[in-house]
Amino acid sequence: MSDPVPLTTDHPGQVASATPPAPGRSRRLGDRGLAVAFISPAMLLLLAMSVFPLLWALYLSFTDYSATRGGPANFIGFGNYTAILTSAQVHTRALTTLIYVVGAVGLQTVLGFGIAYLISRRTHGRGVLTTLFLVPMMLSPVVVGLFWRFMLDAQFGVVNSMLGSLGLGQVEWLTRQRTALLSLIVVDTWQWTPFIMLIALAGLTAVPKYLYEAASIDRASEWFRFRTITLPLVWPLLLIAVLFRAIEAFRLFDLVYILTNGGPGVSTETLSFHIYKVAFLGFNTGTASAYGILMVLVVIVLTQLYLRYLNKLKEG
Amino acid sequence: MAVSVDEAVSTGPARDHTPPARRLGGRGRSVLEVALLTVLAVVMLFPVLWMIETSIKENRDVYAIPAKFFDFKVTLDHYKDVFVAPDGGRSALSVSFLNSVVVAGASTVLATVLGVPAAWAYSRFAVKAKKDQLFFILSTRFMPPVVVVVPIFLMYRQVGLIDNKLGLILIYTAFNVPFTIWMMKGFVDEVPAEYEDAAMLDGYTRLQAFRRFTLPLLVPGIAATAVFALIFSWNEFVFATFLTSSDSVRTAPPAIAGLIGGTTTDWGLVAAASVVFALPVLVFAYLVRKHLIAGVTLGAVRR
Repeated sequence: MSDPVPLTTDHPGQVASATPPAPGRSRRLGDRGLAVAFISPAMLLLLAMSVFPLLWALYLSFTDYSATRGGPANFIGFGNYTAILTSAQVHTRALTTLIYVVGAVGLQTVLGFGIAYLISRRTHGRGVLTTLFLVPMMLSPVVVGLFWRFMLDAQFGVVNSMLGSLGLGQVEWLTRQRTALLSLIVVDTWQWTPFIMLIALAGLTAVPKYLYEAASIDRASEWFRFRTITLPLVWPLLLIAVLFRAIEAFRLFDLVYILTNGGPGVSTETLSFHIYKVAFLGFNTGTASAYGILMVLVVIVLTQLYLRYLNKLKEG
Repeated sequence: MAVSVDEAVSTGPARDHTPPARRLGGRGRSVLEVALLTVLAVVMLFPVLWMIETSIKENRDVYAIPAKFFDFKVTLDHYKDVFVAPDGGRSALSVSFLNSVVVAGASTVLATVLGVPAAWAYSRFAVKAKKDQLFFILSTRFMPPVVVVVPIFLMYRQVGLIDNKLGLILIYTAFNVPFTIWMMKGFVDEVPAEYEDAAMLDGYTRLQAFRRFTLPLLVPGIAATAVFALIFSWNEFVFATFLTSSDSVRTAPPAIAGLIGGTTTDWGLVAAASVVFALPVLVFAYLVRKHLIAGVTLGAVRR
């Protein structure tokens, strides 16, 4: 039997109030009730604010309802779904989103891991360096989007100004089709490289030192050590970070909205942004709902994958 | 001993006979790495510095071509404009900052009150289908905001919560509760359940044991979790921009975003507003830096 006395003296603040009530009150009964009482408020809120809206969206997705036109919602079966899945417009957006997700997350992973690797090799100033590198990640997408819009301005933007003083030509970053998507990728990379770096750094510092010592006794080359010790040990954690970023990038909206507003043309319209246009500018609520449900399905699959890896990592 | 190992494994004699050169190479490499890190840090921080610099520049210098890096006149006019309207009263921006404080604060308190007990229950009790429930909870957090905002918009229109602070508070709470539960579950798991068992042997009920012994130990974790929830709500843009419209309700992110558009944009004002908006976040993030990994992965990864 564990002695409860040391526990109470560990926390002097509680000594005064530690007059136990009379024993024998039924607590078996309490446990179940307590669990329900503690969990259900949170669950109810989630049901009301997340599940109910989604179910509503699911219902609307089978109708031709329009939020502005009003009037009754006519049931049209899978009409919205087939329209979306066969729409060339949607395919274009899917491709844009794919390029964006792969480009941005790929760049972030390489850069973030690189920076983390460099920091992990330093013995001094690690904390300061890490803190400095993390600043972009904590900023609101509004601040990030606005500010890069200013910096990338074709006329008075500081980026073009610097290019000019280097003797290079001016680039219309946000107003040319190709460069706009590239700008979006660059800005997202700027903001989220710290995220990958942070997690990679945690993985790198967790690699036991003795493995490297053993390897250096064996005269293993730097590259060999990296390939056979560092990478395999950090990879599982890095994968979590990459998946997490991929989900976030897939549902990205605010940065597009602020930085390019989907333009020029439709060159930077991601799926999220397209849904917004269908729902709030086209007022096709039914179609937008079906579109949204399809996106939610993708997110659920990705989240499932993410949690699988997470569980594996925790158990392994 | 080490020597014999070296000799046995060394691939070529050339390496062994040139230790000074190798050491120099090592130092050269170290210098290179530091230089590389410095360049990367400058690139990462430049936009932030440029934002701060723009916020204290006179308008003429803000639009100077080529850009002025050092020789500009310092002014605090933009910061004054953030808080004071041209007619001397409160500016719309400062009202939006206050709204942000109210909305982010209230939703954080609500999410903490709802989330912490739930996290404790998930950690301590054998709840049915616990894994599925936790998965469900986290997946609500991953929903694309744009998708959720359409039905929420219709729902709020029915009950009159459009352009209402309470509406924003509710939706932010719903988005912060999953995070709070996941993050706090990690903290509760770290407190041995034996503490409560021991207290219950002493005659306390389970609830009393939780309140008197576990809860005090959770306070630092609760504080860190609340700070992250606060940052998430503070930075949120999508719901804020679609669910509110009037100046008296709007939070800071859509208000700042509203500064652009129109024919000209006062970038000095945008920069100053952004600095004022971002400063508390950076301070708070610095306070919880120890828990940053758990925080930014929604409590999923912790080291």
